[in-house]
Amino acid sequence: MTQYIVLSAILFTIGCVGVLTRRNAIVVFMCVELMLNASNLALVTFARQHGNLDGQVAAFFVRVVAAAEVVIGLAIIMTIFRTRRSASVDDASLLKY
Amino acid sequence: MTFWILAPLMVAAALGLLFVRKAVHAAMLLAVVMISLAVLYALLEAPFLFAVQIIVYTGAILMLFLFVLMLVGVDASDSVVETIRGQRLMATVVGLLFGAVLVIGIGQVGLGTAVGLEEANAGGNVDRLADILFSRYVFAFEATSALLITAALGAMVLAHRERVSAKPTQASLAAQRLRDYAEHGKPLGPLPAPGVYARHNAVDTPALLPDGTIAESSVSRVLAARGTVRSAPALADDIHEVRRQLGDDVSMPATAGKDGAAANTTEDVTTPDGSHTDGEDSK
Repeated sequence: MTQYIVLSAILFTIGCVGVLTRRNAIVVFMCVELMLNASNLALVTFARQHGNLDGQVAAFFVRVVAAAEVVIGLAIIMTIFRTRRSASVDDASLLKY
Repeated sequence: MTFWILAPLMVAAALGLLFVRKAVHAAMLLAVVMISLAVLYALLEAPFLFAVQIIVYTGAILMLFLFVLMLVGVDASDSVVETIRGQRLMATVVGLLFGAVLVIGIGQVGLGTAVGLEEANAGGNVDRLADILFSRYVFAFEATSALLITAALGAMVLAHRERVSAKPTQASLAAQRLRDYAEHGKPLGPLPAPGVYARHNAVDTPALLPDGTIAESSVSRVLAARGTVRSAPALADDIHEVRRQLGDDVSMPATAGKDGAAANTTEDVTTPDGSHTDGEDSK
C-alpha cells in the first residue's frame, strides 16, 4: 500500500508546484484539483489499509466540496475575465477595477 | 501490475500540467490523471468512487473547465515573463523539498499489511457506504447539501449581469437605422452581396463597383482582417488563365467561338481599369 501513498504525495507535490508557478488562473485551478485528487487517493488507500469505509466517505465529501469550489471559482474567473479581458492571476492585483 | 503501468503515466501527465503552454492541453492531461485515478480506485476496492470519479470529474468538472476555456478563449496561453524574479526557481526548490520530505516520511512509516475491504464491503460497497453516510455522517451530508445550494446560488449571482440599458426593440432599431442614415448617410438597405464571377462566387470574393473598384462592404470584416479576401485584379486575370487552358485544349479558340456559337457561353468580366473584356468559353 505504500506505493499508493507515495504516488499520492508525488501528485500532491506536482499540484503544489503548479499552483506556485502557473499564471493562467484556470490552470492554477486544475492544479488545485490535482492536489484534491491526490489527497483523495491517500484517503481511499487508508480506507483499504484499515479495513473500514470512513476513508471512502471522506473522499466522497472532498469530491463534493471540490465540485462546489470549481463552480464558484470558475464563475469568479469568468467575472474577472469579463471586466479585465485576462485570465492571468498577475493581472488581478487589485480588489477593484 | 496495473498500478505500475498507471503510476508513471499519471506522474508524466501531472508533470505535463506544469509545462504545457496551452490551457486546453492541461485540461486533457488532467483528464488522463483523473481516469487513471478512477482505475486506481477500482483497484483499491472502491467501485462507487470509481464510478463517481469518472462521472463527476471527467464528465462534469473537466467539461466545466473546457467550457470556461472556450469562453475565455482557447489561445489564452500562459505568459513566460516572471512577475516576481526567481519565483519559478524558488517554487520548484520548495516543491522538491516538500515532496522529498513527504516521500521520505512515508517511507519511514511502516504501514504493515493491508486489512482489505472484503469484510467492510460485505453486501455491496454502495450499500455499506450509504449505511455510514446516512448514519454517522448524516449531519455532514446535510451540510453538504447546504454547501451545494450555496454554490449554485453563488454561481448564478456571479454569472448574472445586470442590464444597464433597455433591451433594444424592433421599433427602436428601425429608428436607430434611420437616424444613422440621416446623420452619417449609412445605407438603409442590406449590405451588397459578394461578387459573382465565372469561377468564384464564394463570400471571399468582393463585388466590383461600376468604376471597377472593390466594394469593401461586400465582404465580411473578419475575412478582411484575416487577409483572405481575393483581389479583384486576380479575378479579372482568371479569364486569361481560362483562355490559356482552352488554347492548350482547343486548337483555335477564336474561330471555335464563331463556328459553334450555340455550344459557347460568353462571359463578361470587368477589369479594374474599367475596360471590358469579352471572354469566350467553349463548353
